Amino acid sequence: MEMVENRHKWKAWLYLSPAILLLLVFTVWPIINTVRMAFLENYSGLSAVRGATFSLGIGNFRSVIQYPKFLQCMKNTVLLCILTVPISTFLALLIAVCLNSIKFLQKPLQTIFFLPYVTNSIAIGMVFAAMFNIVGSFYGTENEIVVTAGIINNIIEFFGGRRVNWINAGSSYLANITVMTVYIVWNALPFKILVLLGGLQSINRQYYDAAKVDGTPRRRIFLRITVPLLSPMIAYVVITGFIGGFKEYTSIVGIFGEKMGPADDGGRLNTMVGFIYDALSTNKQGRASAAALILFLIILVVTLINMQVSKKRVHY
Amino acid sequence: MEVRLENLTKVFPSRNKKSGEEVVAVNDMTIVIPDGKLVGLLGPSGCGKSTTLYMISGLQKATGGKIFFGEDDVTNLSPENRGVGLVFQNYALYPHLTVKQNILFPLQNLKGPDKLSKNEMLERTVEVAKLVQIDNLLDRKPSELSGGQQQRVAIARALVKMPRVLLLDEPLSNLDARLRLQTREEIRRIQRETGITTVFVTHDQEEAMSISDEIVIMKLGVVQQIGRPQDVYDSPENLFVAKFLGTPPINVFSGRVENGKIYIGEDCVMEAEGVEDQEVWVGVRPEGFVLDNSGPLHCSKTGVEVMGRDVSVVATHTASTNSVIRAIIPSETVVGDGDSVSFSLKRNKTFIFRKEDEKRIRLEK
Amino acid sequence: MSIITMHERDIQKTSLRQKVVFATVQVLLYAFLLTMALIVLFPFYWMVISSLKTLDEYRESVPTFFPRRIMFSNYREAFTSASLGRLFLNTLYVGVVSTLLSLVITILSAFAFARLEFKGKNILFAGLLATMMIPGELFTITNYSTVTRLGWMNTYTVLIVPFLVSVFYIYLLRQNFMQIPDELYLAAKVDGTGDLKYLLKVMIPLSLPTLISITILKMMGAWNSYIWPRLVANDQAHRLITNGLRNAFTETTGDVNYPVQMAAVALVSLPLFLVFVFLRKYIMKGVSRSGIKG
Repeated sequence: MEMVENRHKWKAWLYLSPAILLLLVFTVWPIINTVRMAFLENYSGLSAVRGATFSLGIGNFRSVIQYPKFLQCMKNTVLLCILTVPISTFLALLIAVCLNSIKFLQKPLQTIFFLPYVTNSIAIGMVFAAMFNIVGSFYGTENEIVVTAGIINNIIEFFGGRRVNWINAGSSYLANITVMTVYIVWNALPFKILVLLGGLQSINRQYYDAAKVDGTPRRRIFLRITVPLLSPMIAYVVITGFIGGFKEYTSIVGIFGEKMGPADDGGRLNTMVGFIYDALSTNKQGRASAAALILFLIILVVTLINMQVSKKRVHY
Repeated sequence: MEVRLENLTKVFPSRNKKSGEEVVAVNDMTIVIPDGKLVGLLGPSGCGKSTTLYMISGLQKATGGKIFFGEDDVTNLSPENRGVGLVFQNYALYPHLTVKQNILFPLQNLKGPDKLSKNEMLERTVEVAKLVQIDNLLDRKPSELSGGQQQRVAIARALVKMPRVLLLDEPLSNLDARLRLQTREEIRRIQRETGITTVFVTHDQEEAMSISDEIVIMKLGVVQQIGRPQDVYDSPENLFVAKFLGTPPINVFSGRVENGKIYIGEDCVMEAEGVEDQEVWVGVRPEGFVLDNSGPLHCSKTGVEVMGRDVSVVATHTASTNSVIRAIIPSETVVGDGDSVSFSLKRNKTFIFRKEDEKRIRLEK
Repeated sequence: MSIITMHERDIQKTSLRQKVVFATVQVLLYAFLLTMALIVLFPFYWMVISSLKTLDEYRESVPTFFPRRIMFSNYREAFTSASLGRLFLNTLYVGVVSTLLSLVITILSAFAFARLEFKGKNILFAGLLATMMIPGELFTITNYSTVTRLGWMNTYTVLIVPFLVSVFYIYLLRQNFMQIPDELYLAAKVDGTGDLKYLLKVMIPLSLPTLISITILKMMGAWNSYIWPRLVANDQAHRLITNGLRNAFTETTGDVNYPVQMAAVALVSLPLFLVFVFLRKYIMKGVSRSGIKG
């Protein structure tokens, strides 16, 4: 028996070895190294190779926080989070509840609502960009007349509204954020609907029968039965929504390209993740590490706050 | 409130779309549930008893027939407009609400002329909680209660809006044996005190017999017999009812009527004047056997079980359809040691049923 | 306690009102759901019809909702101008190889965690789960230097190796393995079946749905990955599809040949669509448990 046990121990480590080896190199070491680089003043990989030495300090953090571009990135990220998470959660909840209360066409509609999930956020971002393009002729940079067409503006004009410059050169920050919110919500709906609908379907039907016998109005059923019983799922989609929201990056690349902003104001819509990559590609690993740690800290704090709130509000 | 079901029918479309066969859960059911009575719907699983209950509540729509509460035709009314209280098999207490909030819930839904003030609601809640004896548990969550306590809360919630009819779906099935005895007495008491017409569903004949004013026995969606429990037990209308009621169950023999006499095998056990000669099923209640050395029914004895108050003699007979015959006799009777045993049969505990349709043939007294 | 009889109601009226309320609610429900479904579908529809229009038709001030002349040539042009063929093959190669290797690693690790006993198992597993909380960007900074130092820049290796281990998939599969009764393992031991044989003959077949979910999600991940490939393998030979698409069409606004661009987008989206149509069940099951895209 003893021998078998020993052989098992040896085998377990053998089976785990590829995973552990890769994790040590690509996960554990980066965690340590990121902290190290963040606290070495002005650390740069390139200079380090040349033999430069760096003193310990919190200069990277200070420069990141004082850097106006970083503040802009942070503002964009937070704004998009605050806008998209509640909107998408509320819409998803509404759609899930409606889906759950119909029979005919339920499955096909469920499939349609899941469709945006299986898309490439860069590719579909390009479609959104085309849809939000400005309409009509305008003067491009070299005073030539350029003709463009964007269906959203066509629709606005059809209903008698005035066309909006959503994303082109000269567009306003508000317009840009609106487009990003629409796109991110569109992208975030499928996962939330899937999780919430799953949650709804696992609620015992008898609660609804009991409420029906008691003549409970629909609104009250929703607020007093559905939402409380669904609260663990709602908390789950809100937390994952915030985590995803703070890491927003590719959806902006999809619509605005790598300039991260309209043609005349690149970087206007950059996010925290974008900032980290910019710092990385200019060989400022110290600054990138500091920013990454700040991002991690924010996500941690937001998650903890969410969990605290959930504890009070989530039932069971 | 008298509840009247007229030709009530429920047909479920087939699950298997291809075969297209429909399932008739309740078939042409006509019964009257008298005002203020406690009535048990009894039958094996799949007999349509729960479907009937749900149709009375309005949660399921009748395919055909009508439901009356008193003079009101409620067939097309949705549950909230019928004024019914329903206690679910699993109680369906809202897990996130306290006992008090659970009981208040139906009251808070009342609108228009029925609307109550906050104080009235609280008063009613406390009143009904006292009735079911849970007034000390009002601030607990359902998960902190025992099964029996949850059951009481569920009853309180159903009663608090003072329904015209109270419906209970298998009210005791989730309780252990000891609680079951206690709770069924409790249901009886609450029903007596409130006087609300109450219908409950059960597959347990003992449960139904013990507390019902009347029982309705169903099989495959068709009502077999309605009546006071003792009457149905003493005078079953067909073999199914006779077999379904009573523990230990009735002993059924394959027999025949010949020249006005009932035969079990070669044993002529009883007179049956005026009955045509035919093959019959002979049913004898366990208490219908009298130990009698010169009795007409000869059996092989396999054992004697002493149960204190009385004794159960276990025997076999070639014509018996049960694997063993159980006869219950008073404990003071001395059972001989031999391998065989003879019985005479009590006339009021012996029934004969036609073989082709299993209907009872009544014997002259 | 006395019974309050209900207030007198006109039953006919109540019954009619019930029907009207029910019908209204149904109409509103379907109206809302169908409108939302249209909004969700519209970008896909617009992508497809735009990709089939001529540039002139696309630019008309009154848009057409169905192309007058169907231009399949846009697809040919998109395919060649963005050299999508090469990008497809690159992505497919990286996807298949990394999925296969990742499956092997995940299965072995999940098996060790689910079935074998060894010192420190629980601590190690908890440690692995803890790393899931850390945003991936934090690893990228160092990994970038690591792969540079290893000389892996612009190779397939750099696209495959660093992300082979997914703690989440190990967790998912371990949960699945744990549901398989211990008795089966002990019975196999008594019969002298080796671990690997048991793994192949019993555990893998029993966890096939989870493994399929992992495979699909991993492949989708390769198809959609953008940041890391752009950073470490942005040369013509190793570029992946998403990155290549973005590179080929840098302009998203202004004067762009949208029909061709939309044709390219449609081509890139098509494989995902097909996977979705045929394997919807597995994707939805995997996704509802992950919360992470790709």
